[in-house]
Amino acid sequence: MNSLFGEKKARAEKLVFTSVDQYPEAPITLGTTLINFTGDWRTFIPIVNDEKCVKCYICWKFCPEPAIYIKEDGYIGIDYDYCKGCGICANECPTNAITMEKEEK
Amino acid sequence: MAEYKPIRKVVSGNYAAAYAAKHARVQVVAAYPITPQTSIIEKIAEFIANGEADIQYVPVESEHSAMAACIGASAAGARAFTATSAQGLALMHEMLHWASGARLPIVMVDVNRAMAPPWSVWDDQTDSLAQRDTGWMQFYAENNQEVYDGVLMAFKVAETVNLPAMIVESAFILSHTYDVVEMIPQELVDEFLPPRKPLYDLADFSRPFSVGALGTPNDYYEFRYKIAKAMEDAVKVIKDVGREFGERFGRDYSEMIEKGYVDDADFVFMGMGSLMGTVKEAVDLLRKEGYKVGYAKVRWFRPFPKEELREIAESVKGIAVLDRNYSFGQEGILFNEAKGVLYNTSARPIIKNYIIGLGGRDFTVQDVKAVAENMKKVIEAGKLDREVEWYHLKR
Repeated sequence: MNSLFGEKKARAEKLVFTSVDQYPEAPITLGTTLINFTGDWRTFIPIVNDEKCVKCYICWKFCPEPAIYIKEDGYIGIDYDYCKGCGICANECPTNAITMEKEEK
Repeated sequence: MAEYKPIRKVVSGNYAAAYAAKHARVQVVAAYPITPQTSIIEKIAEFIANGEADIQYVPVESEHSAMAACIGASAAGARAFTATSAQGLALMHEMLHWASGARLPIVMVDVNRAMAPPWSVWDDQTDSLAQRDTGWMQFYAENNQEVYDGVLMAFKVAETVNLPAMIVESAFILSHTYDVVEMIPQELVDEFLPPRKPLYDLADFSRPFSVGALGTPNDYYEFRYKIAKAMEDAVKVIKDVGREFGERFGRDYSEMIEKGYVDDADFVFMGMGSLMGTVKEAVDLLRKEGYKVGYAKVRWFRPFPKEELREIAESVKGIAVLDRNYSFGQEGILFNEAKGVLYNTSARPIIKNYIIGLGGRDFTVQDVKAVAENMKKVIEAGKLDREVEWYHLKR
């Protein structure tokens, strides 16, 4: 699995409502979160250096999206489809294993 | 059903509200003190301290946070309650929209207090009426008994239609004035008001979801319609719950507008809240003096009792609307609403607005008589002298 939501993301589609009765009564999940790739908003991209990473997962706790996941080898992965590039992970990382670099698109 | 034997207590309007919240078995109270509301939440804190009530009490740093905490609690399925007044209610404004938009049946007591400046702590309805368009139901209590009954009914109505409700009482005239209130034994309240059944179970981790989701222009519109529909549906629910309350406990609230002498009245006084207690007293006296007057006490301002008002308008020549509030650049707020409701009907009684009692100025039985005198002349003349009368103004 090379992303946070894996297969779920691949299967995600926006819920389409064609009549008012099909909507939930209150505005709860409308299926927009997984299909809305907010990674497009990014200016700076976080790059992880596994050599410096001590697997403390502070970045994983602080990521507000969440766009950080723990890989099978114990290191962290970043799902760039949802990472907005806020830089909180890099700011919190105690070993400077995450750096923010200007992204060329 | 167990036999109903009321417990009579002499309490202030605020204590009536606190007892009602306790009897409703509210689970979370988040509140911030403000005069004249404070004794409601103080009393609730006392219940908790004495081990009389099992309530999570969240002390917060502002009214905005108080409502935010109630929203969180209510979204998680709890029965949440708070209370505020004037500036505190205004500070809550943003969160009021969140509560109704997320369809959370929070119940709040607002003790009507005049908006500053000039700084004031006295009775005035503009604070709650300024929250007219937030999607909250509004019930105006005439006396301490109605504060108590109102809170209990509000939870039942709110949890049926999934919209929040505000019970409004007058600063000091009710909030700090002691009167006999018939309270309902706990087991009978429990029969009337069973535990809440939330729309969605936030604690069901097998089906995670987000609350207050993004609504694009393609979806937002339908959710607004659903709120509008829920408000319309609330009219029937309010009447049914009011009738059930009467059958169980002897005080009927099936009318959203309480009416007196309407059928053979030339004109009626229309208003909301404690001032209508004075009006009812005065109308009884005026009747003895031969005046053909009646009264229409608007209990529920949201949803607005349109049909009931239209029925009244069919049978009277005039309506004197008493507004303890004002919308600058327009007129009294109830007056404005009433005219709007009557526009698309054939009934066109003369309708005149009296601005009374702003900032807690006394409005007495003598004042009601003076208004009746003026309204009588207007009806005899068959036309308005002026649309809005600043009744107390020192000239």
